Amino acid sequence: MIGRDILGIEDLSREDIETILETAERMQEIGAREVKKVPTLRGRTQINLFFEPSTRTQTSFEIAGKRLAADVVNFSVSSSSVTKRETLLDTAKTLDAMDPDVVVVRHKVAGVPHRLAEVLQAPVINAGDGAHEHPSQALLDMLTVREEKGHIEGLTVTIVGDIAHSRVARSNIYGFRKLGAEVRVAGPPTMLPAEIEQLGVKAYTNLREAIEGADVVMALRIQMERLEGACFPSVREYAATFGLDRAKLRFAKEDAIVMHPGPVNRGVELAHELADHRPSVILDQVRNGVALRMALLYLVSGRGGASA
Amino acid sequence: MSRMIVRNGRLLDPSRDLDLGAGSASLLIEDGRIVALATDGEAIPEEGAEVVDAEGAWIVPGLVDVHAHLREPGQEYKEDLASGGTAAVAGGFTQVACMANTDPVNDDPSVTKYILDRAEKESPAKIRVIAAATRGLRGEVMTEMMALREAGAIAFSDDGATIMDAGVMRRVLEYSKMANAPVVVHAEDCALRAGGVVNEGSVATRLGLPGNPAAAEEIMVARDIRLASLTGAHLHVAHVSTAGAVHMIRKARDAGLRVTAEVTPHHLTLTDEATEGFDTSTRVAPPLRSAADIESLRAGLAEGVIDVIATDHAPHATYEKEVEFTEAPPGMLGLETAVSVSLALVRDNTLSPLEFVRRMSTNGAKVLGLEGGTFREGAPGDVALIDPEREWTYDPAQGFSKSRNSPWAGERFTGRVTATIVDGRLVYHIDRGVLIR
Amino acid sequence: MTPPAASGETPQQALAGEPARTLQSEDTRTLPPESGRSERVVLDDEAIRRALMRIAHEIVESSDGTDRLYLVAIPNSGVPLGRLLVDNLESLTGDRPPLGILDTTLYRDDLSIRGARPQLRKTEMPSSVDDRVVVLVEDVVSTGATIRAGMDALMDFGRPSHVRVVALVDRGHRELPIKIDYVGKNIPTQPGDKVVLYTEGEGGDGFVASEEIGALQVSVREADAEPGVSVREVDAGSGEGGGASS
Repeated sequence: MIGRDILGIEDLSREDIETILETAERMQEIGAREVKKVPTLRGRTQINLFFEPSTRTQTSFEIAGKRLAADVVNFSVSSSSVTKRETLLDTAKTLDAMDPDVVVVRHKVAGVPHRLAEVLQAPVINAGDGAHEHPSQALLDMLTVREEKGHIEGLTVTIVGDIAHSRVARSNIYGFRKLGAEVRVAGPPTMLPAEIEQLGVKAYTNLREAIEGADVVMALRIQMERLEGACFPSVREYAATFGLDRAKLRFAKEDAIVMHPGPVNRGVELAHELADHRPSVILDQVRNGVALRMALLYLVSGRGGASA
Repeated sequence: MSRMIVRNGRLLDPSRDLDLGAGSASLLIEDGRIVALATDGEAIPEEGAEVVDAEGAWIVPGLVDVHAHLREPGQEYKEDLASGGTAAVAGGFTQVACMANTDPVNDDPSVTKYILDRAEKESPAKIRVIAAATRGLRGEVMTEMMALREAGAIAFSDDGATIMDAGVMRRVLEYSKMANAPVVVHAEDCALRAGGVVNEGSVATRLGLPGNPAAAEEIMVARDIRLASLTGAHLHVAHVSTAGAVHMIRKARDAGLRVTAEVTPHHLTLTDEATEGFDTSTRVAPPLRSAADIESLRAGLAEGVIDVIATDHAPHATYEKEVEFTEAPPGMLGLETAVSVSLALVRDNTLSPLEFVRRMSTNGAKVLGLEGGTFREGAPGDVALIDPEREWTYDPAQGFSKSRNSPWAGERFTGRVTATIVDGRLVYHIDRGVLIR
Repeated sequence: MTPPAASGETPQQALAGEPARTLQSEDTRTLPPESGRSERVVLDDEAIRRALMRIAHEIVESSDGTDRLYLVAIPNSGVPLGRLLVDNLESLTGDRPPLGILDTTLYRDDLSIRGARPQLRKTEMPSSVDDRVVVLVEDVVSTGATIRAGMDALMDFGRPSHVRVVALVDRGHRELPIKIDYVGKNIPTQPGDKVVLYTEGEGGDGFVASEEIGALQVSVREADAEPGVSVREVDAGSGEGGGASS
């Protein structure tokens, strides 16, 4: 996979996903050591190009790179091309001229990593592009589920929330389906995108039906601006209808786990009681995130090579 | 007296349902006007005449584009009347109607006169002016249609924008009757469209881009047809893109309303799937739609429910397009590729060659009340030669437009315009380029 | 155990080196029926087990008490050897030294040259290495690169008091000043030869228990081959079983 861009789960085969997960499992052990570093990417340059602020994902990628001894550089760009009057192409060419070994990109508009990848020689890892994809998140989610359940094939995974605007939802739909799970999505009709069932999932506006018998319930973060008054009348109503708590969780399987990409709006997507304790595996997700991102960096860093 | 003979072609004149000659027809133009047609056996004496050999190509009345953005005044970095007019003749268009969303907006006779004046000097194609329907395209106060008409405008449109206030739209339509000019509508409900950049549907869902539902167009078309009925005005629907709109236009025409419509080559041939890969040259308003919509558009065009193929030529600078998908201005080039792209409908038998030419020439002239689109005696000596078999690869960088934003860059086409004659003067020839007047 | 060439059956075996490509986690190898290369067995099961017992004796003799021993096997092929050595040491001394498994892939010095990322192996270090006599266990040592990577890895785990090396086979062609403290057998080879440890038991990360190991065998496959005959590229990395790059 050297030299290959990781732009979305949609482009990854099942074998690719399994290779990444297995490699991530090996990387987990490094985080448990006292010296949390291996020299593998020593002398390699990793550029984190984040057009959209994100402490968690950026920090996770930064730690991942540093644990592999890479030289990590953070570029935070606060404005769009139009405001800066610099086209995406120019941004890409400028970066490319600095010879990075891997570039991690996040942007609030879909498709930006793809356009950058066309110009950059280094592999591009998509850290989230608009509502399109967030492959490293979905991969760490799959890693976490595999850890908890031993396998993914045959599981039922329910994703709850603002599916329409969620890249986490899309990437997880592709990923879990590729590994043989059944995926359901649930949310108010105003937050379910057009023709979502064409992605191979069943859509529900009734939370109970959606989580009936589910092995994994994944709650998505609600963006307050989008919520109040626009797609949904109020936070209170959202929490009552789609917020998860122990009572509602009874309809899922007894050993169901609760996941969330973070940060959690307590009392909205998840009740307090669920945010901190089992069956929530949110902190495992974060831990796995570093190992997973180490795996991605390890597998793709470098130019060209056999499978570019 | 200047004489020109165009010979050895297949002559198609939709105005009289003529399909002549099968490669041996010829046309005589004198002093810029059509004088006579001939087929094999009837030779036209050639002395003193400039002879253009069609080499078996179709000889058709100069094409008429009822919808283009030529960006002058104010945005000449994207295009101007010279480059736009040149691109037009390279695409077989002898008349092009340009829209009012320039800078300043063409809502004043002075701007209209400026454009006509400049076009006269700079453009090899004949430029017709569509002036704004409301001041500043703001959709509030209507423009001085009579004065604009007098200055030379031939129709009114807020294209680029939509008049959201039904009361204003009603008055615009009402008043336009006195000005005896059609009102061209870009039908899109802004609130429904919201931030949509791609057709709302499974492709938008997959790409994670905000969707623009077909309903945004359908609702406005429904409203405007109602208002056309109420007022009896001539409503022309620009760039129809949805099956729903086609359906409503069909019913309106059946009911005898004065509703005409146009469709672009891209809406006839590209679905929203062309957006995969996030190429901003596929970002267009209205957006590319589904396969079902294309089917309906083609059927509508074939039936005559849609009258015209119009380019909606919308040049944008490369640096304006090389940005995030949601930030890129919508629009793509069209003048130089319209014929080549649309010939697909002839090849798959949606349209016969004659019907194809009718929709790219004759009907456009009719809708806008222009001369042309015909080889009747006395008609303007506007001719285009189309070789339906000629293969070529389109490279926007080699084109005549100043801009490059086309989804067909690098595309291999079969069929191309090989020469264009305006008022009896050869202005474009494929082997000789554009000939300065 | 059936000798690989004779039956064409697929023996499961612990590999002497990893494939350059990352896709499989089970290392299985099929020898083509006619490989065009000759393969000769240089150590059979009995010889290997005898050598391991002898090495255990040598370790005991050369150590100042065996309570600080810590065997660290380099996966995959070092693991069954490590397990057997631990059994031997226990039977000799009554103490059972801990066995760690230390993958050296991430410490290789040739990662940037390679076209693809090698598959990672398990690392499991049940004890601290501080102040211990760490004995690295590898099946075949050639250039010394793997042992060197192993030492780099050990330093990140702590500060052993001594580091020693057990190799079942020393095939020469050293590129680094690495010495082997306890060797099973010296086998002269050509640089292009491949030296492979086979076992009947389940391979991969396995070998939890010594009973699972089954019969062992070391073979040398000569270099004269037609290109492309080798079913699996054996790389020099951890496990220097052979191949041109060792």
